[in-house]
Amino acid sequence: MLQLAWLIPVLPLIGFLIIGLANKKLNKTLVGIVGCGSIFLSFLIVLSLLINVLNGSIKSETLTYFNWISAGSLDIKLSFLIDPLSVTMMTIITGVGFLIHLYSAGYMSHDEGYARYFAYLNLFVFSMLILVMGSNFLVLFAGWEGVGLCSYLLIGFWFKNNDYNNAAKKAFIMNRIGDLGFLLGMLLIIVTFGSLEYSVVFEKARSFFTPGVAEPVMIAITLLLFLGATGKSAQIPLYTWLPDAMAGPTPVSALIHAATMVTAGIYMIVRSNVLFSLAPFTLDVIQIIGLTTALFAATIGLVQNDIKKVLAYSTVSQLGYMFFALGLGAYSTAIFHVATHAFFKALLFLGAGSVIHAMSGEQDIRNMGGLYKKLPITFITFIIGTLAIAGIPPFAGFFSKDEILAHAYEHSPVLWALGVVGALMTTFYMFRLVFLTFFGSFRGTEHQKSHLHESPLIMTVPLIVLAVLSVVGGFVGVPEVLGGSNFLKSFLSPVIAPINEQAGHLSHSTELILMGISVGAVLLVIAITARIYVSNKTVPAPEGSELSTPHKVLYNKYYIDEIYRTLIVKPLYWLGDIFYKVFEIKIIDNFVNAWGKGVDRGSAGLRFLQNGSISFYMIAMVIGIILILFFNTIIKF
Amino acid sequence: MQALSNTVTNYLVLASILFAIGVMGVLVRRNIIIIFMSIELMLNAVNLLLVAFSVFHNDASSQVFVFFIMAVAAAEITVGLAILVMIYRNTGSVDINALNKLKW
Repeated sequence: MLQLAWLIPVLPLIGFLIIGLANKKLNKTLVGIVGCGSIFLSFLIVLSLLINVLNGSIKSETLTYFNWISAGSLDIKLSFLIDPLSVTMMTIITGVGFLIHLYSAGYMSHDEGYARYFAYLNLFVFSMLILVMGSNFLVLFAGWEGVGLCSYLLIGFWFKNNDYNNAAKKAFIMNRIGDLGFLLGMLLIIVTFGSLEYSVVFEKARSFFTPGVAEPVMIAITLLLFLGATGKSAQIPLYTWLPDAMAGPTPVSALIHAATMVTAGIYMIVRSNVLFSLAPFTLDVIQIIGLTTALFAATIGLVQNDIKKVLAYSTVSQLGYMFFALGLGAYSTAIFHVATHAFFKALLFLGAGSVIHAMSGEQDIRNMGGLYKKLPITFITFIIGTLAIAGIPPFAGFFSKDEILAHAYEHSPVLWALGVVGALMTTFYMFRLVFLTFFGSFRGTEHQKSHLHESPLIMTVPLIVLAVLSVVGGFVGVPEVLGGSNFLKSFLSPVIAPINEQAGHLSHSTELILMGISVGAVLLVIAITARIYVSNKTVPAPEGSELSTPHKVLYNKYYIDEIYRTLIVKPLYWLGDIFYKVFEIKIIDNFVNAWGKGVDRGSAGLRFLQNGSISFYMIAMVIGIILILFFNTIIKF
Repeated sequence: MQALSNTVTNYLVLASILFAIGVMGVLVRRNIIIIFMSIELMLNAVNLLLVAFSVFHNDASSQVFVFFIMAVAAAEITVGLAILVMIYRNTGSVDINALNKLKW
């Protein structure tokens, strides 16, 4: 099967080329078949690889294809690494990716840019696979940039809307800031270790540095890599692009901005866990930023009224949890949460897409309500996704979130308490969303009401599959205390350096008590939410009404966008203005114009030499020749 | 050898004088036919020089060269005279200063 591994990214690339080059000549059915089919074939190959990795016949294989860059002692190859971690990611990407492609075939069926959409989507899957399959940092970076490009193209997919274009540019520029950090980190790795190949770098890192001793260069490398991760995975301070990225079509939000691309930062850190474990300071930074982002984004999510914005802040918050886990050194837990989050958040986004589809494009939950009668499948699957994200056993989110919280408790009960607070906020805003959308009575217009319909089969089947995965997905990591063996952790253990094993372990009774407390609190919050939004039929205040100060701050997202605008964008504009007015106009323009004017003036005088008299020309010529001969002679002797 | 190099000097002087006359003729005369004749004079001054050196160096190749120059000069003069006839038909004179329309 390994000899077919190259086909995994190449099939989506071929799909992209076919659809992209022939998009006017293919009809929609054919585009859908090529778009979904290429991903499905990749998925089949990934499955066979997964089986091989699971039964142990493949442990960690590097497939080298050709020498990409060789300069001096530096050799960078185009090569893929097949090991438990990359296969796990590949399974998520192609599996969830295929479901979302299928869903898109229904969701986008009325769009004129159907072929363009599928071309971009296939290109995205190609880039994402390159990102996770690469066996060195440069191949990862190539994929990293590729997914950034696709994210830009798909956020600005409806390019006739200027706001959407701005959102796309914002995402691209924010990512660029992070990418610069990542690039510098890579260069520092080359300088320090002389290679970008994972195996070489990690081996050297292990032998160069002793664990527990803070090495400035390791801290610098890991902090720079982490800066890249904050850009791609929407963490403080570079998270503001993700909520705006909801301008793209909803399946794109599900695939790129929830399930796969935004987890690239987590994948990258898990991949280079050897480096991060050698820099405890960076881990502390990641821990703080992760937890802060988780709580911060959750508070914003509490009061948003746009169905996709709530999910977007929820994604930022959940990504914060993953980074929190990374910061605690619980790398396999972070990947576990990536996997379960991919299932339930893709499900929630696709469910939201189904709602938006039924509501003819309406996204404001204040205008929804009572949709459970008209959209039964969407309703049930959405509830499952919500229960999963809230962490109700036995849904997928419970196991992964609980594992993170258990690790937090090992470090300090305070961290655990903050984590639980975040989880409760998650529960609140998700159930608020469910209750406002599906319960109560319909609040939209008559036209919307008459148009309400369940989505076609091609959209509901992915929902059902993802719902099933959201239910059973957690069983790959059942902790020992509940009679499991945490399969995922042992599966990923070859990739994760043994020095990261947590020394202190919770006793089973403590772990059970913690689980009990968090589940109990979650259930309580659900009851409170139900009381507010179902029994009391509270509806968030309409646009423009007076809000209390904290509510207003939250509703305006802590004014972070405005602060960034004042602190960074405005000064940059101001600087640009100065450069324009002083350097551009005064210096460069004047210099260039002076040359132009000089030539103009000079030629105005000189053109009178051309007086039409042939005798004059001939005299000039003879004098010229004599002068040439004369100077020639002088120079020679 | 001494005698021969003296003769070359004489040829050199003669050729230079002929060339200078040609240059002056081109520069000071206004009649296009005269200018043409002066150009021919310059050409032939050079030819003379070539032949003289050919003898001096005992090398025939420059004499071959002279034949080529004469052939090319004949062709050139043919074209030149044809242009001259056209000028005369158009301007009614062979004065070179009649052709001063192309300026600033």
